[in-house]
Amino acid sequence: MTSSVTLERHKYDVLIIGAGGAGLRAAVEAREAGLSVAIICKSLFGKAHTVMAEGGAAASMGNVNDNDSWMVHFRDTMRGGKFLNHYRMAELHAKEAPDRIWELEMWGALFDRTKEGKISQRNFGGHEYPRLAHVGDRTGLEIIRTMQQKIVQLQQKDGREFGDMEAKIKVFAECTITEILKENGKISGAYGYWRESGAEVLFEAPAVVIATGGVGKTFKITSNSWEGTGDGHALALKAGANLVDMEFLQFHPTGMVWPPSVRGILVTESVRGEGGILTNSDGERFMFKYIPDVFKDKYADNEAEADRWYEDQDNNRRPPELLPRDEVARAINTEVKAGRGTEHGGVFLDVSKRIPAEVIKKRLPSMWHQFYELAGVDITKEAMEVGPTCHYVMGGVEVDPDSAAAIGVPGLFAAGEVAGGMHGSNRLGGNSLTDLLVFGRRAGAGAAEYVKSSGANPVSDAAIKSAADRIEAPFSRAGGENSYSLHAELQEVTHNLVGIIRTRVEIEKAIEMIADIRTRSKNVAVSGGRKFNPGFHLAFDLDNMLLVAESTAKSALLREESRGGHTREDFPGMNPTWRQLNQIASFDGDKVNIKSQALPAIRKELFDLFDIHELEKYMTPEEIAKGGSN
Amino acid sequence: MARKLNLRIWRGDSTDGGLKDVQVDVNEGEVVLDVIHRVQATQMGDLAVRWNCKAGKCGSCSMEINGKPRLACMTQVASFGEDETITVTPLRAFPVIKDLVTDVSFNYKKAMEIPAYEPPKELAPGEARMEQIDVERSQEFRKCIECFLCQDTCHVIRDHEENKKSFAGPRFFIRIAELDMHPLDMLKNRKRTAQEEHGLGMCNITKCCTEVCPEHIKITDNAIIPMKERVVDIKYDPARMFAGLLKREKRS
Repeated sequence: MTSSVTLERHKYDVLIIGAGGAGLRAAVEAREAGLSVAIICKSLFGKAHTVMAEGGAAASMGNVNDNDSWMVHFRDTMRGGKFLNHYRMAELHAKEAPDRIWELEMWGALFDRTKEGKISQRNFGGHEYPRLAHVGDRTGLEIIRTMQQKIVQLQQKDGREFGDMEAKIKVFAECTITEILKENGKISGAYGYWRESGAEVLFEAPAVVIATGGVGKTFKITSNSWEGTGDGHALALKAGANLVDMEFLQFHPTGMVWPPSVRGILVTESVRGEGGILTNSDGERFMFKYIPDVFKDKYADNEAEADRWYEDQDNNRRPPELLPRDEVARAINTEVKAGRGTEHGGVFLDVSKRIPAEVIKKRLPSMWHQFYELAGVDITKEAMEVGPTCHYVMGGVEVDPDSAAAIGVPGLFAAGEVAGGMHGSNRLGGNSLTDLLVFGRRAGAGAAEYVKSSGANPVSDAAIKSAADRIEAPFSRAGGENSYSLHAELQEVTHNLVGIIRTRVEIEKAIEMIADIRTRSKNVAVSGGRKFNPGFHLAFDLDNMLLVAESTAKSALLREESRGGHTREDFPGMNPTWRQLNQIASFDGDKVNIKSQALPAIRKELFDLFDIHELEKYMTPEEIAKGGSN
Repeated sequence: MARKLNLRIWRGDSTDGGLKDVQVDVNEGEVVLDVIHRVQATQMGDLAVRWNCKAGKCGSCSMEINGKPRLACMTQVASFGEDETITVTPLRAFPVIKDLVTDVSFNYKKAMEIPAYEPPKELAPGEARMEQIDVERSQEFRKCIECFLCQDTCHVIRDHEENKKSFAGPRFFIRIAELDMHPLDMLKNRKRTAQEEHGLGMCNITKCCTEVCPEHIKITDNAIIPMKERVVDIKYDPARMFAGLLKREKRS
């Protein structure tokens, strides 16, 4: 137990939890606004899940097809999200994404180039034009390294000015935050422990930016790293913020399925963007059967046209392999369930027949390595076996789009995957990396502005004591539950009962089982000491995952329709009335409660960007008659 | 399907430690990190190991497997004989924190010492034009996932603690090379500072770093040797020496 006298304390203007794309971009912005910034990461610096992003960053620079513009990007994003997106977030994202990419280039990023020497852009699911800035298939790594190095640049500048490189911006690596602290209803800091030593640490800061990423580890089969345990979602809930639309989980259609050890590891959508086709065990290119009505005019319904599209995009419709991810994932799921899957329960993804081996190795180098080294498959010669894997959570902290401020908690901000609203019910590939940059920057600016007008808010001893007691608790229990087993149980429940396809009976059962695991988790015991003890670390991650799973299951139960990343077998099809509603999760200290709330109505000039016949597929006649707000 | 594997794990901390033998189930296709996780979940709840992505993309699970620096997530159990005992130990070049986790802060200190990228002053965002062939040279080095296996295996660091102060190591030589070959970087004299401040001269190109790189970056051939050659050119270039002489004369 750490006493408040010996407790390690740090004071900053802005505290950023998470060192992925959103966190680092927020840090740069807050520092450049003149503030002192602490960046906290659970792992070593530079290991954030952003490095796993492969395909690219969507921005309508128009380098490859100059018909592209922010309006086209905005439309694609809203369609991809089935019009449940917060229109303002989708608008800001589409408008600002090009500037954020060019800015990275000014910081040293080296994207692949077009023949004219501009940033090259590639095709991706749901994007009308080639739009993804990329570096082979390791775009996320490039973005993280660029920002890591931008931060070093700022530190070197501070070093020259203050004689200490870490005077104004410091990275606290391998540190877990267990509590966000408030005094008088406003943010005052955060409490946590060093993973290395187990020692506790207090950060005092009037503004906290949550940029902790996703929740994939709540599920059994996931492309996410161990860090995706929904920490920010849970911390925000407990601090009094809301989570919006937590029922929407993106199952990426193509994860590895064999061998079991690699099940879930991502196979980038670029494989399909570059010409990969999906077939079932009968050799049938099955995606033609799964083009939904709302997309019929944009996707080819025959192989000849789909093949021609790669050469002539102006006169042909796109191959259906490039439908938004939710459609492709459901199609694969259906094929496998119908007995047309591969030996290991996936389908075939083949890029070898269309593209020469040396081009595959150049454009998809890490995919080639991944399959060759982990599955013994040479993708230049053979098909890959793939199946859906839990990849991304669309739901997240309810924020003000312009400032990224969490609704209801002054001083709290959220950006990136942990924030909700931007992607509606389904995210388009490539929109995540630019989401991080656009809203990371806005969160940094929002936090800076808030700090300048609000000033310090000291942490009380009572708050410290309660946070410290919670960390000590698992060590004081003897013979309790094992956190590893509880985690495995939770993953089974979410995978089996609130996975890709859901029904009322199963979700109700899941809610019951999650509650049971949560009760037992209060009795988790930890063996060994505090020093770098993964069992101890998992005890806290598990708490977060349980709150996330409860939010997801309860939201999923209430939404009686199928849309994007939420498919109800008992309510197939979209319901325009449900499109007008967000589901808001809040925490009362004991359980998660869900209420419905009206989705902000789209502004008139944005409404007018769409063909009215397209909107009729999503909206009620009254909404169409109204023609957008104001 | 499952068979038993004999695994020998180094357990301990900076004060004391040793190898512990365990038997653990192993299934087809599993990597060393899988069996370490199984030991953690079933036998040693507090076994310390770093990992993140388990897909060879983040460079966290660096350790020594049968004495060789490797990523545990990319090392197939099947690459060893069925009866062979697999021994896992922490990176030897860095101080142990606990079990398989070492203190790699040396690398982050060095990262802060490499002069940052310097953009051209007159260039507006969006106006940069570069040829693919020109960005590819730097891109090779920007693939680095910072697993620090090259740092671990480099004998300049591994065998001589006293060198750490003046030697940045292969990971940071490719960082310097990447900036040096960057089509837009404006900072001059990167090669010279590599030699004079970051210890490039101490490398005697045994290529150990290149051999362990999981990203197959040709650290020695494409970064270190070209920089060393240029440093020699700059230092012993007769034209430059003559110009330097003139400068000194002018000053006096």
